[in-house]
Amino acid sequence: MKRVAIIGAGSTKHRERSPEQSYREMIFEAARMAYKDAGISHKEVESFVTCAEDFTEGYSIADEYTPDQLGAVLKPMQTVPGDFIQGLATAYMMIQSGLFRIVAVEAHSKYSNIKTPNEVAAFAFDPVYNRPLGFNPHFVAGLEMNRYLNDTGATATQCAAVVVKNRKNALKNPLAAYGAELKISDIEGSEEISWPLRKADVSERADGSVVMVVADADAARSLSKRPVWINGLGWASDTPGLETREWGRAVYAELAAKMAYRMASIKDPAKEIDVVEVDDEYSYKELQHLEALSICEKGTAGKLILEGKIAPNTSGGSLGMGHLLEASGAARTYEVLMQLRGDAGERQLKKADAGLAQSWRGVPTTTGAVIILGNS
Amino acid sequence: MVLEKFELKGTGLKSQAVKDGSVLTMPCNPKLQYSWDTGQAVGRYLDGLKEGKLIGKKCGGCNRIMIPPRMFCELCFKDTGDWVELEDTGKVNTFSICHVNWDASRLPQGALPHLPAVIEIDGASEGMGILHVLGEADPKEIKIGMKVKAVWKTANERAGAITDIRYFKPLR
Ligand SMILES: [Zn+2]
Repeated sequence: MKRVAIIGAGSTKHRERSPEQSYREMIFEAARMAYKDAGISHKEVESFVTCAEDFTEGYSIADEYTPDQLGAVLKPMQTVPGDFIQGLATAYMMIQSGLFRIVAVEAHSKYSNIKTPNEVAAFAFDPVYNRPLGFNPHFVAGLEMNRYLNDTGATATQCAAVVVKNRKNALKNPLAAYGAELKISDIEGSEEISWPLRKADVSERADGSVVMVVADADAARSLSKRPVWINGLGWASDTPGLETREWGRAVYAELAAKMAYRMASIKDPAKEIDVVEVDDEYSYKELQHLEALSICEKGTAGKLILEGKIAPNTSGGSLGMGHLLEASGAARTYEVLMQLRGDAGERQLKKADAGLAQSWRGVPTTTGAVIILGNS
Repeated sequence: MVLEKFELKGTGLKSQAVKDGSVLTMPCNPKLQYSWDTGQAVGRYLDGLKEGKLIGKKCGGCNRIMIPPRMFCELCFKDTGDWVELEDTGKVNTFSICHVNWDASRLPQGALPHLPAVIEIDGASEGMGILHVLGEADPKEIKIGMKVKAVWKTANERAGAITDIRYFKPLR
């Protein structure tokens, strides 16, 4: 297989609202940063991938509205209705196929523009079996958190420690919207949404856009001083049925990781991976995902985090940065990239040669993706 | 849904069976609402319409004057430059004579057809236009290339929307 690298990236700041920018202007800002970072002009990008869902955009066929702001006019362009890491996988396959040498991938969120977000979320549920029951969409996270805590012995206090850590990490991340100095008691005292899930366990949403440029080895070596290599990719989905899915474990993440580790020849992820960014849309998800990715043993993630023995999500995660809908995996990947390039500022880890980013598409999905990046 | 219009073999379904629930369906009426940030370019364009003006923007790279305005040029991929006030006249790039409403129901017999048209605005670059509707026009006399002028709502009626222009009428 060819080697494929990420050679440039751009990200707008994540913000609760962004009224002075249309989504087009926001994406243009990220795209321009990414092309500058890659040292290329938009003309050198041969194909484009965007990751978006029409119902969050409020457009039918939203992908038809994306070429202008990416510099993709009169070029091949397509949309993946999935998370950014799935978009990166699409770009990777495009390059492997030999059709293109340089591909740009984009994802964004204009969540603040959705005036009926609960309606949009509820619209994702099965219309026959689930919707008529009329629960707020967060109930799925409540069901899952309860089963996860029950099966592993993890505690709601350990989940609160995830929130404290990630919100604190976000204070050091200039892109993050929700940095805060909190105590575990602040989380435990926050109102219950769908027991055992509390308000503070849930990521706030944000507006933002991320663009990355992916290239084959020849292009990467000639254009970039610091290419970061895509060494592994994986993605998987469990059944969508709320009645039949696995509730205690994130099986989709286990399978996605297995695929990515096999591709990257990783035998012992805990030892071989320096930078770990996982989905934490809900606090317990960080724990469940870390275990699914074999970063730690089943049922140990919460204890290790509470004791400060592992410290994933230096970016602040979705809890600290703000959840970006299908661009959330982009924010995780962006942090891994910055760490591997040594550009993570105050958050910089001493050893950062191999990293992993993982995404989950949120309630009510059972789809996740994993990307393994390396400096070699 | 009128099921009777389909020719079905065997015992045909009756619309009434769906209505009275003897044949079950799952209805869905989502309430999806959005409020898009206009940002800089669209915001300034809408402000202009409210003032009864058509506002464009010039790209310093390719020198195109673009309407609707945009903050970046999609071809040069650069920030655009100066705002430009354009004429409210132009010429018809293409048009159609439309006999159905947006929901595909037919216009009543004898009603004037809808006249959607793409209008290239005077002062903007070739091919730069806005989609609007023609009025005070005999469908038989409309021609591609015909000169037209905007007919505006009154200042009180204008709300900062594309409908602040009632229609474009032929310039004679
Ligand atoms: Zn230009």
